[in-house]
Amino acid sequence: MPFYASPEQLMRDKSEYARKGISRGRSVAVVTYADGVLFIAENPSPTLHKVGELYDRIGFAAVGRYSEFESLRVAGVRLADVRGYSYNRRDVTGRVIANAYAQTLGAIFTEQMKPYEVELCVAEVGDSPETDQLYRLTFDGSVVDEPDFVVMGGQAEAVTGHLRENYTQGMGLAEALRVGVRALSAVSPVTAGAGNGGQSQLTAAQLEVAVLDRRRPKRAFRRVVGAALGSLLDGGSGTGAPVAQTAAPHHAPTHPQPGTPPGLGSPDEPDTAGGSEGTGEGSGPQPAADDGEGGGTR
Amino acid sequence: MSEWSTGRSGFPPAYLDRVGSSFTDFLSVTAPDLLPGRRPVPQLPVHDLAPHGTTIVAATYGGGVLMGGDRRATMGNMISSRDIEKVYPADSYSVIGIAGAAGIAIEMVRLYQVELEHYEKIEGLTLSLDGKANRLAQMIRGNLGAALQGLAVVPLFAGFDLDAAEGASPGRIFSYDVTGGNYEERGYATVGSGSLFARNSLKKTWRPGLAGDAALRTVVEALYDAADDDSATGGPDPVRRLYPIVYRVDAEGAVRLVDDEVAAVARTITDERTAAEGQG
Repeated sequence: MPFYASPEQLMRDKSEYARKGISRGRSVAVVTYADGVLFIAENPSPTLHKVGELYDRIGFAAVGRYSEFESLRVAGVRLADVRGYSYNRRDVTGRVIANAYAQTLGAIFTEQMKPYEVELCVAEVGDSPETDQLYRLTFDGSVVDEPDFVVMGGQAEAVTGHLRENYTQGMGLAEALRVGVRALSAVSPVTAGAGNGGQSQLTAAQLEVAVLDRRRPKRAFRRVVGAALGSLLDGGSGTGAPVAQTAAPHHAPTHPQPGTPPGLGSPDEPDTAGGSEGTGEGSGPQPAADDGEGGGTR
Repeated sequence: MSEWSTGRSGFPPAYLDRVGSSFTDFLSVTAPDLLPGRRPVPQLPVHDLAPHGTTIVAATYGGGVLMGGDRRATMGNMISSRDIEKVYPADSYSVIGIAGAAGIAIEMVRLYQVELEHYEKIEGLTLSLDGKANRLAQMIRGNLGAALQGLAVVPLFAGFDLDAAEGASPGRIFSYDVTGGNYEERGYATVGSGSLFARNSLKKTWRPGLAGDAALRTVVEALYDAADDDSATGGPDPVRRLYPIVYRVDAEGAVRLVDDEVAAVARTITDERTAAEGQG
């Protein structure tokens, strides 16, 4: 280590280090669609998630070093739950969480030897497409409010370019997924051999997909896995036929698999964690949405 | 709240430590004043100053479990609320009913709901039904000091066990005492001031493997019997259209029954008793 290095040099070195670390990873795309926000990650692991739920209407996506963004995700869940518990569930916003991430990442970047090699996206779904928010946070703590979509990770530039060409506002879920997967497939090393008879598209097993669906009454986050993801991907070449997933909020699961947590199992068997589409006050499993808190009373 | 909550500074170190997935344990480190069990215990008994919730009834049936509660809260000889809700969903497959000091009880239910959801978000898995029941026991244990000054909270917990063995009933009920003792009940359980009368009623009407609508009737009838003999338990109130709150937990999750359904059962019971010429 040199005895003196100018601050510019230090920052430049750290940025380069972090950028290198992030660019080695696979990409994640966060795309808004008609009913909410869609997360698509190229992630062969079914358990080490890059996408997660922070709060009722807020989701999280990350690229980079798993241990680092996982501890940031847990911190975000904690902040959201403490705020929601001490104030009210409605008082938890994506902006507050994004600010906390920005401050933390900024402090780590300037004060510690090794910056975090992560890039995050905090997405919040509103009542209408205009009120959806996507915040992109980089390793140095800068935060940007992006419209329409956010791409992070290895080949972010190329994926962004691809998405810019094909993205239109107000797409349905199947179409948004198709556009997103095609953009990720175009740069993925997995599909590099497409010209020589290799696969040209990422398959369901190589993808981690989740949505924040504004139509769900309480907890908007839902993973799209198994058969529902397969049919959404296959439906891409067809007519975009209605899939089980889109009908989800209207009925409850009939045969939940033992130990399958609500919202994390097969979307064919929708959970009731967010409450079934109620027929009025109190018909859902959760307290009425308008009381605004978890276990409110009158 | 401290400065971090406004978002001006980043996460304090405790937020980034990957220690546990319990919300209560996390609060005890970062904001212990938000926990019900961490406050100074009143020096004198406060029996009649705080509203108390009364009777809760739970009964299993073929497809799961039902839990119901009357709508009354009392402060000494006064009715402090006619429309209080004392049965809540804890998560998508379990419900919790509370008797005792209403303020503390409702705070505890809120904390418990966040606790279960927090675990689910961090771990990506839900707790087992026994794990949930045990967690609640620890929360009650923390309230023992206040309980001895008249602010006891005694919950009843019931859920659908997704891991139930083949042939075993998937609906399970757990009762508690003020010291945090946790007992699994067979078939049915009652708690609160009218629990004695409700239990006697269930003893005569409840049978193993009842169908859903028959089980609903036993629950509403038990609450009716409790209201009949216990002044602190409210009966069905057709004038204000207030009826017991009943939750059903089955393979499809926890659902609150609509008032019309409960009202129809309550009306059947009152009609039958009226027809018995005042002997009901």
